[in-house]
Amino acid sequence: MIEMQDVWKTYADGTHALSGVSVLIERNEFVYLVGPSGAGKSTFMKLIYREEVPTKGQISVNGFNIGKLKPRKIPYVRRNIGVIFQDFRLLPKMTAYENVAFAMEVIEAPRRIIKKRTMEVLDLVGLKDRFNSLPAQLSGGEQQRIAIARAIVNSPAVIVADEPTGNLDPETSWGIMNLLEEINFRGTTIVMATHNREIVNTLRKRVIAIESGTIARDEARGEYGYEA
Amino acid sequence: MKLRTILRHLREGVRNVLRNGWMSFASISSIVISLFILGGFLLLALNVNNLADQIESQVEIRVFLQLDTDQTKIDQLRNEIGNIKEVKQVKFVSKDEGLELLRKNLGESGEDLLQGYEKDKNPLPDSFTVEVYEPQTIAFAAKKIELINKADQTNPITSVKYGKGKVETLFKLTNAVRNIGLVIVAGLAITAMFLISTTIKITILARRREIGIMKLVGATNHFIRWPFFIEGALIGIIGSVITTAILLYGYSRLIYVSQFELGLLMIKLVTLKEIGFFVSVLIIGLGTLIGIWGSTLSVRKYLKV
Repeated sequence: MIEMQDVWKTYADGTHALSGVSVLIERNEFVYLVGPSGAGKSTFMKLIYREEVPTKGQISVNGFNIGKLKPRKIPYVRRNIGVIFQDFRLLPKMTAYENVAFAMEVIEAPRRIIKKRTMEVLDLVGLKDRFNSLPAQLSGGEQQRIAIARAIVNSPAVIVADEPTGNLDPETSWGIMNLLEEINFRGTTIVMATHNREIVNTLRKRVIAIESGTIARDEARGEYGYEA
Repeated sequence: MKLRTILRHLREGVRNVLRNGWMSFASISSIVISLFILGGFLLLALNVNNLADQIESQVEIRVFLQLDTDQTKIDQLRNEIGNIKEVKQVKFVSKDEGLELLRKNLGESGEDLLQGYEKDKNPLPDSFTVEVYEPQTIAFAAKKIELINKADQTNPITSVKYGKGKVETLFKLTNAVRNIGLVIVAGLAITAMFLISTTIKITILARRREIGIMKLVGATNHFIRWPFFIEGALIGIIGSVITTAILLYGYSRLIYVSQFELGLLMIKLVTLKEIGFFVSVLIIGLGTLIGIWGSTLSVRKYLKV
């Protein structure tokens, strides 16, 4: 599903974010990305959804060669990758429903189907009743659920989540994790960067640790392994 | 692009105007204010122009004939002058009519001064009053008339007068007034465009993040751009229609209120009928263009992210 071969990333200011990363993530895996801040986790994720291009090396996601992608083709690849952020990134002037529906309008789905599917997904994340609320009227956990609904509405092959529980209290975080596990269970590959030791150690999954731009550890049912 | 997507963009463009209520209000206000000032000056310039036209159209050539010119000669000359391309109309003024005119122009004192010059003792020659199509060609037409005189061996014309020197000064003045009007209107148009596009840029700057999010979800640049395009056009249309309404209503009131006073000064304002369409098309067209221009320009900038 996601394959990196000797990927290097050096930013314009000279920062070496990744130095020779090779990794293979199979379909339907759930992977935690751990490591100190600034070690390269975010760059790793940005390379997957083509926010950045590698300086050297090859990345393929869902069969697309990300490094060689023409800018014109980027939107089409992103439609197959759901992205979730710590700060939710919802469109502030749109209601919960409109935020989720937007991702389907982008792929020019018929209105009737958009309506049906959007409500379905809102139901899945448990916010069917709040469909008409603006993001500002929702709690952090609810906003993240909307963001997740938006990420999965087009049934992407991969979900990339950059500290999805970073801004949420423990209880809400568990709710989000249950949701992600459910989505993973339905067949979506999930790559999730996190600093949450408790989640990683409790909900055991594959753990990839990135330190100073290289893969320090890659364990099938790993532990967080850092001081909290 | 599918039809439902076009409809979606239209819907979204309209909704954006409503969603960004205060920002839309700010943009529309800035359009109304800028275009109102521009439109006010435009109306002023049109009237000054019209006034200049009126003044210019009053210039005419006076052609004085020899005292003993007979009727066949007069007819012949009238034809020849009438055939000059620039000439619009040739009017024969007999010596009697000339005296009458002079008397009128001199006013009260004319009665005394012209006493005893009636009938056979009339010292004035017959003359023509020549009007030209384009006042600016008057000197040229006068020269042609003189050439007619030279070609004729009897030299039936004693003098050709059109206020040489004065007319040129008048034209210089009216042209200057026209040009100043044009420069002011053009300057205001440019200022309005910058003012409005800056306001729109600010409103879109606030939405830079939104554009970034849309791209993350997999929206193509086209998909993002269209609603902004429609939003900009809509704001431009709303703003300029309001402006046009205020402007034309205000102008019609002005004509109504001032018609008596200005009539005394022999000044006639351009009627709404003459310029209403022109002003509306110009203001609404300009407003719409600026709206579209401002929004597309700013969106393009942020799409490069």
